[in-house]
Amino acid sequence: MIETFLQYWQFPFVRYALAVGTLIALCSSLLGVTLVLKRFSFIGDGLSHVAFGATAIAGVLRIGGDMLFVMPVTVLCAILLLRTGRGAKVKGDAAVAMVSVGALAIGYLLLNLFSSSTNLSGDVCATLFGSTSILTLQQSEVWLCAGLSVAVVALFILFYNRLFAVTFDEDFARAVGTGVERYNLLIAVVVAVIIVLAMNLVGSLLISALIIFPALSAMRLFRSFKGVTICSAALSVACALAGMLIAIVGGTPVGSTIVAVDIAAFIVCAAIEHFRK
Amino acid sequence: MPLITCRDLAIGYESHAILEHIHFAVDPGDYLCVVGENGSGKSTLMRTMLGLQRPLAGAIEFGDDLRQNEIGYLPQQTAIQRDFPATVREIVLSGCQARLGRRAFYSRSDRALADANLARMGMAGFAGRCYRELSGGQQQRVLLARALCATGKLILLDEPVSGLDPKVTAEMYALIDGLNVDGVTIIMISHDIDAAVRRASHILHIGGEVFFGTVDAYRQSPQGRRFMEEVST
Ligand SMILES: Nc1ncnc2c1ncn2[C@@H]1O[C@H](COP(=O)(O)OP(=O)(O)OP(=O)(O)O)[C@@H](O)[C@H]1O
Ligand SMILES: [Mg+2]
Repeated sequence: MIETFLQYWQFPFVRYALAVGTLIALCSSLLGVTLVLKRFSFIGDGLSHVAFGATAIAGVLRIGGDMLFVMPVTVLCAILLLRTGRGAKVKGDAAVAMVSVGALAIGYLLLNLFSSSTNLSGDVCATLFGSTSILTLQQSEVWLCAGLSVAVVALFILFYNRLFAVTFDEDFARAVGTGVERYNLLIAVVVAVIIVLAMNLVGSLLISALIIFPALSAMRLFRSFKGVTICSAALSVACALAGMLIAIVGGTPVGSTIVAVDIAAFIVCAAIEHFRK
Repeated sequence: MPLITCRDLAIGYESHAILEHIHFAVDPGDYLCVVGENGSGKSTLMRTMLGLQRPLAGAIEFGDDLRQNEIGYLPQQTAIQRDFPATVREIVLSGCQARLGRRAFYSRSDRALADANLARMGMAGFAGRCYRELSGGQQQRVLLARALCATGKLILLDEPVSGLDPKVTAEMYALIDGLNVDGVTIIMISHDIDAAVRRASHILHIGGEVFFGTVDAYRQSPQGRRFMEEVST
């Protein structure tokens, strides 16, 4: 098995994939706690569908390097969803549902009408579940992914204390003059960036799993926000690495393998919590 | 010079006024109790004073070098999710967020302030404990310590003793009285009219006819008489 791995290790794209995959897993886990606790996870889910629709449009228009198109569209939708969501709660939920289902439908429709590909369902499947896209990144995309991931991690560390304050008690934060709207916007934009990044790793349908599972697992084990954040980052990186290695050696789809490992980690954490009591 | 002056204030939601023509002023060192029936708009008034919602009319003026963000706040019910993972220290420290300015991290003096306020609330031994595993009274003390980190001048308390047993209620009142003695101005919403007239220096009665004045004036006023009778029978 080690031999198979070493054999693969000689290909630069495998090394890139592992490095970029690890970085993406790291930054996708950071906001997990905030998203779960702020009930923002539905926005994450909606945005991943938007990213799918945008990818489809990029494919139809044959825009090379489609991340440069998908990223701004998703960020824009994130901002719009946050704005509409600020009024009545129900309206916001409905808006997210409309946008996300609409993007899925239009995306698939466009692919069907205009795609020149002979293997349409294969393409759709690849976008939805990631399959092997992390292994087929071009050099420029590798750098873009790496740069964005580092930026996300840096932003998170820089605003860690404010994010905690805004997540824990929005009213108190607003009362003492913290620009809550600004940080909600920051969260939405960063989530959009993370989603587009993570699409390369696990595909658009499985992104929520990548964001939420490590946070939920870490919350089984730790009682402090800092502990949960660090643990969830470590778990996410470990699971992504393990998942990618299994996928490369065993030839399984990368995205679903990573998510399967995340689920296993969650079960282990839940078991530990259960027996500690 | 008053810390806070409300002039002809109208409060409510989406242009629907709950209360109109509210006038009152709070001087440094005052202990103001806001009383009134359920749903009369006490919490709404407090949220308006905090800048969490806009006044529909009138103005709230801050004097004596008080800035809008120098008000500590203890909410009625925190919308904090039950499963939020955070230690007591992390939460109290978040009261220092306005002191961050352009910094990204809390300084040593912020940490010292948080620890001092925890000790002031008699919770020094709980710094490392998980917030959600504390009792209701202990949680209130932690949130009060957090409010104290935000300011030493003015604290707004929205029913700080609701849901606490008599012993813990008495302890909580004693803590608040102590703060007032130390020079912190207190504005407190309370349903406990007896405790209110015993502790406060001023009463703001809302709902129906608005009353604002000293405790002695309130005892003599028709609203005060009626309300105290209703509650005590
Ligand atoms: N978000 C809201 N939107 C519209 N109306 C609201 C909202 N919150 C409260 N109200 C209404 O405003 C009125 C005053 O509410 P408020 O919470 O200020 O009362 P209160 O005096 O604090 O009552 P309690 O003693 O029960 O805490 C109530 O009639 C309530 O129905
Ligand atoms: Mg209230």
